[in-house]
Amino acid sequence: MKRRDFIQLTGLGLGGMFLPAQLMGKSVSEQVLLEPFLDVPAKKNLADVALSTAKSSGATYADIRIGRYLNQFISTRENKVQGIESSESYGCGVRVIANGTWGFAATNEVTTEGIKKAAQRAVAIAKANAKFQKEPVKLAPVQGYGEVSWKTTIQRNAFEIPVSEKVDLLLNANAAALQNGASFVNSNLFMINEQKYFASTEGSYIDQDIHRIWPTFTVSVTDKASGKFKSRQALSAPMGMGYEYMIPKTEDKQWAPQGMVLYRNSYDIVEDAATAAKQAKEMITAKSVEPGKYDLVLEPNHLGLTIHESVGHPLELDRILGYEANYAGTSFATLDKLKSGNFNYGSKIVNIFADKTQPGSLGAVGYDDEGVKSRRWDLIKDGIFVNVQAIRDQVHILGQNESHGCCYAQSWSDVQFQRMPNVSLAPGKDPYSVQDMIKDVEKGIYIAGRGSYSIDQQRYNFQFGGTVFYEIKNGQITGMLNDVAYQSNTQEFWNSCVKICDERDYRLFGSFFDGKGQPSQVSAVSHGSSTARFNGVNVINTGRTI
Amino acid sequence: MPIFSKEEAQALLKKVLSYSKADECEVNLSASDNSNIRYARNAVSTSGKVSQKSLAVSSAFGKKLGVATINEFDDASLEKVVRRSEELARLAPENPEFVSFLGPQQYAEAKTFIPATAAITPQQRAEFVAQSINVAKAQKAVAAGFLEDNAGFSAMMNSKGLFAYGTSSNVNFSVTVRTEDGKGSGYATRGYNDVTKLDTKAATQIATDKGVKSATAKAIEPGKYTVILEPAASAVLLERILFGLDARQADEGRSFLSKPGGQTRLGEKLMDERVNIYSDPSHPELPTSTWSGDGRPQEKISWIEKGVIKNLSYSRYWAQKKGVKAVPGPDAFVMEGGSASLEDLIRSTKKGILVTRLWYIRDVDPQTLLLTGLTRDGTFYIENGKIQFPIKNFRFNESPVIMLNNVEELGKPERTVSVESNQNYLIPPMKIRDFTFTSLSDAV
Repeated sequence: MKRRDFIQLTGLGLGGMFLPAQLMGKSVSEQVLLEPFLDVPAKKNLADVALSTAKSSGATYADIRIGRYLNQFISTRENKVQGIESSESYGCGVRVIANGTWGFAATNEVTTEGIKKAAQRAVAIAKANAKFQKEPVKLAPVQGYGEVSWKTTIQRNAFEIPVSEKVDLLLNANAAALQNGASFVNSNLFMINEQKYFASTEGSYIDQDIHRIWPTFTVSVTDKASGKFKSRQALSAPMGMGYEYMIPKTEDKQWAPQGMVLYRNSYDIVEDAATAAKQAKEMITAKSVEPGKYDLVLEPNHLGLTIHESVGHPLELDRILGYEANYAGTSFATLDKLKSGNFNYGSKIVNIFADKTQPGSLGAVGYDDEGVKSRRWDLIKDGIFVNVQAIRDQVHILGQNESHGCCYAQSWSDVQFQRMPNVSLAPGKDPYSVQDMIKDVEKGIYIAGRGSYSIDQQRYNFQFGGTVFYEIKNGQITGMLNDVAYQSNTQEFWNSCVKICDERDYRLFGSFFDGKGQPSQVSAVSHGSSTARFNGVNVINTGRTI
Repeated sequence: MPIFSKEEAQALLKKVLSYSKADECEVNLSASDNSNIRYARNAVSTSGKVSQKSLAVSSAFGKKLGVATINEFDDASLEKVVRRSEELARLAPENPEFVSFLGPQQYAEAKTFIPATAAITPQQRAEFVAQSINVAKAQKAVAAGFLEDNAGFSAMMNSKGLFAYGTSSNVNFSVTVRTEDGKGSGYATRGYNDVTKLDTKAATQIATDKGVKSATAKAIEPGKYTVILEPAASAVLLERILFGLDARQADEGRSFLSKPGGQTRLGEKLMDERVNIYSDPSHPELPTSTWSGDGRPQEKISWIEKGVIKNLSYSRYWAQKKGVKAVPGPDAFVMEGGSASLEDLIRSTKKGILVTRLWYIRDVDPQTLLLTGLTRDGTFYIENGKIQFPIKNFRFNESPVIMLNNVEELGKPERTVSVESNQNYLIPPMKIRDFTFTSLSDAV
């Protein structure tokens, strides 16, 4: 992800945090976030202008996305509010095929005249680029859905909650961390509402209202005497939900070792901040790991990132074909491995599916950004690599005639392309609990939460850290460990998966700002799993002295 | 997008300030054209252009600050954005860290704008790409690349009388060339303020040669090796030191520059005495803006001198609290070197590894700045002063602080681009002993 394109929110904790500048739009007052947008008939009229202008200018296909993107970001540290930013970005993007080639143009003049010009410009760009085209674009057929709409199921729109209430919640979490021994704490709340209207010459007019939320914090403990410092990140997940995620419910709290609590569909930020401070303190004196082979018990808030990097990205068709070769890279998961029908991506209990429908997930929409109804499909079935992720203009390469419905653009001003759907590990079929994962491990490590992650450009070799590490000896958790990272190879790792908890432990992890492409675009995606065990994984010690 | 002259910018900013009723008001104005062309599989895949202009008004009442932005510059819109920033300021909680805006400053003239770069046409971009693709095709290889250029201006003015103005332009190019069978891959990147210096053909030739020559890679054992890091490889490690020079983090005890007892390592020798890193906005090969976003002058600053941490960067708040000069963080840096070429460094190496590019850099431990990542797109084994054969890629776990203690030799600095941040730097090729590779990767 390119750092220059990002705005740094200062003081958000170690390393800072970078927000995509493109998402920020213009600053508005919080009341604007609740003001209504153009009504559907007005959007339809404007969309028809784009479609008819494109057609009469020579396009054989056209679509338009009229988008209003609303964001609110709140950041605090200790007892101080550092920033409250409400923003709105509004405009439309027109995409066409002319002379067998894509063309795209965007404008923030959402008027008949502005849209006409954008449509004409898109057609002109397509015609100009046609001379570089080797083969004409082939679109998989899609049904025209007529006038339809879809909304994220939310109980409380986060923008309706007064800012003061949201600030108070973050400051309460900070106070809980400080009371429990934190030296510093930074907390943030991100809320996003995408109001987007899609129309295409296929006969679809789709109005969607999409909500996402992400509470997070970094608690740090410093030890002056030794000069050591340790941090513990929040164990929340970004979700496709409203403010109801911030209201803790007992039934959403999941058991975890050493009194730790993990969260499913609601989050207790105050409780987690208090635990974080205690754990960060414990990390200062925790034992440094002995490098070697360990059985790893990985909980969903950790495993989600491993799924994202080692299964989600390598199975993007555009990447497999070489379109990302200069930046993100290509993929070890080549089409000949897919076609062989016998490539063992993982052990027999590994079932990984893609899906754009799961309630509460970041990737859930009714229709993707090229008007394809969202769905679920298998990527790895009983350990075998069976499918990838593809959109309308590439799915024919697989010999398939239906897009998977995973096309996305981060805003109205960016062109849509293939993005990762939610990619999740199916829960195990046997009734295993987390305790069952641990009880027969002789030498192992339980890992919770995301940490440092790095993977090569074809997604073979990876190294992952985590948030919290507990040593397992002879079926018992014996204490906290420091300096842990595991290194493996994607195929080896998934083939070492020996046990997966059942659906009682299933929950979502999420990546709120996943980057791809040049220029880079972000998207938000969830990964569900239950706690799972991987035997004999190589663990290194990351402790150094400078 | 029109680039406003200094006088035009000044007139517009004065007008905006005239609407202000706040205790203090500061206005930042910028506009730019950003264009790009992307190609893969020896064909153009996408191209785009984004023109943007933005005016941000910061109004303060006491320690309450509100910021509002707008991209329309008619009188009514300008007055509206000032009023909105004032409303936001009245609603905002008091910020105890608010520091009153800066008064008038003196700035040197920046040398960052080159008219030829601002005038690049879509045809020229296509031609740059065609030249690159032709080189790859001629050697039956497959190119994927990205060229992006930008030109624009920024200006700021505040109610304390500060006014700053500057223009800039830049072009970055990168190309990855793979053999048709996918067994070899090479890379090159270039960045300039002046597009007339860009030669995509020559850069692609280097990437193609590396791609073709790396096609029969052998696996060698991971471990500690002497490495020769090309500037594009070391850029992504060195910039982590520069990103970590913030004094507050160090003072608070949560940086690699914090040390036992609550002190910082400012003034301590942490690296080999040949390590000298500075920033200089007027450097002829790497000019940068002469002022930072909050109006502080950017001056020539030594960050690491003879291996000693010489300066830390400060926010204005933290500098005020500590009673020191508020030195802003740099926009780019220069690392001094010697006169040896990359080839000279290879010739003087008994056993070692040449690294073209490092990839997917992530912090492993902020306490020691331990980083992990992988080699990519051209990794070769050197013995007795010659490249012997291509080798499979490695994962490394290394801290740039430790690495700069293990300097064997530094070559002649050259301008390069970080694949992680897109920033341009001036860095020598460097020979480092005991660089830690921890595992092998099958990736090409």
